[in-house]
Amino acid sequence: MKRSHRISTERSRTDAVMRAILCDVLGLDEKAVDGFTGETGLFGHLPELDSMAVAGLLTEMEDRLDIVIDDDEVDGDMLETYGALLAFAEAKRERS
Amino acid sequence: MIAAWPGPDGEYALAFDSGRAHRLLVLPALFDEANKTRHLIAETMRRLDGAGIDCFLPDLPGCNESLAPLEEQTLDGWRQAAGDAAAHFRATHVLTVRAGAILAPPALPGWRYAPTGGANALRALLRARTIASREAGRAETAEALLETGRAEGLELAGYRLGAAMIRDLEGALADAGRLADIEQKTLGGGGLWLRAEPDFDRSQADALAAVIAMGLRS
Repeated sequence: MKRSHRISTERSRTDAVMRAILCDVLGLDEKAVDGFTGETGLFGHLPELDSMAVAGLLTEMEDRLDIVIDDDEVDGDMLETYGALLAFAEAKRERS
Repeated sequence: MIAAWPGPDGEYALAFDSGRAHRLLVLPALFDEANKTRHLIAETMRRLDGAGIDCFLPDLPGCNESLAPLEEQTLDGWRQAAGDAAAHFRATHVLTVRAGAILAPPALPGWRYAPTGGANALRALLRARTIASREAGRAETAEALLETGRAEGLELAGYRLGAAMIRDLEGALADAGRLADIEQKTLGGGGLWLRAEPDFDRSQADALAAVIAMGLRS
C-alpha cells in the first residue's frame, strides 16, 4: 500500500512539473495547460514548438526534474503527445 | 536610441544616454536566447531611463546588426568587445543576461540575470540540431557533432560558429565575481528565453528594472 501511494504521489509531482514547464515554453496560462490530456499533440502539432524550443524544453526538464536526458532517448514518439512525454519523464524519475 | 560604438566592425548599441551618473552596460543573452529576451531587456532599459539611469546594450561582433561574420568570432574577442563597450560608454555597472554572464568585464559591479555557462548554451544549440536532424531522417549525435565542431566549426540552429568559439564555449564558466544574481523567481513568471516564440511580460520588466534601480540607490 505504502509503495503504490509513494509512486502515485511521485507521478502527480512529475505531472505538475511537466505542466508548469509547458506553460513557460508555450506561454499559455495554467488553465489551458491543465486541459492537456495524454492525447494532446505536441511536437509536429504545435507549430511554435520548433527544434530550438524542444531543446529548451528538454534542458528545463533536466533542471527541474533532476534527470539527464541522452540524445538517443529523444525521438519523435516521445515528443508527439503530452502522455508520451509524461510517461518518459516518469520513467526517468523512477530510475534516478 | 541607436548609437554607434567603436566595436571591431563599427557595431551599434541600443543606448539611453543623458550623461547621468549611473551608467549600466547590458550584455545580452547569447544566440537564440538573445532574440527571446531582447524585448524584455529593451523595455527594462526604458524603465531604467525613466528612473534616471543611462543604459547601453551593445551588439556583439557577429550578432544582431553587426556586419562581422559570426563564425570568425571568439569568446576572447567578445570579452574584449564587452570591455571596449564598457570603456566607450563609461559604464559604472553591468547587467548580464543568461550566458552573457561569461562576458562580464571583471572590473564592473552589477548583476547577472538568470546566469548560465557557455557549455549550457552550447548544449541547447547542439540539442536543437540533433532534434531537427532526426526529424529530417538523419541520425546525428551531440558527441559526434561536437567532435566535428571543435575541429571545423559547426552550424547550430542557424548560427555558424567557428571551431575556436565552440572550444571556448565548452569551458566557459559563469564566474560570479562581484556580481549579484537575479533569479527568475524574483521576477515572477517563467523565463522568456524558454518560450517557443519570442514574447514579452510587462511585470517582469517592471521587476527587473526595480531590482536594479533600488540596487543603485542603496
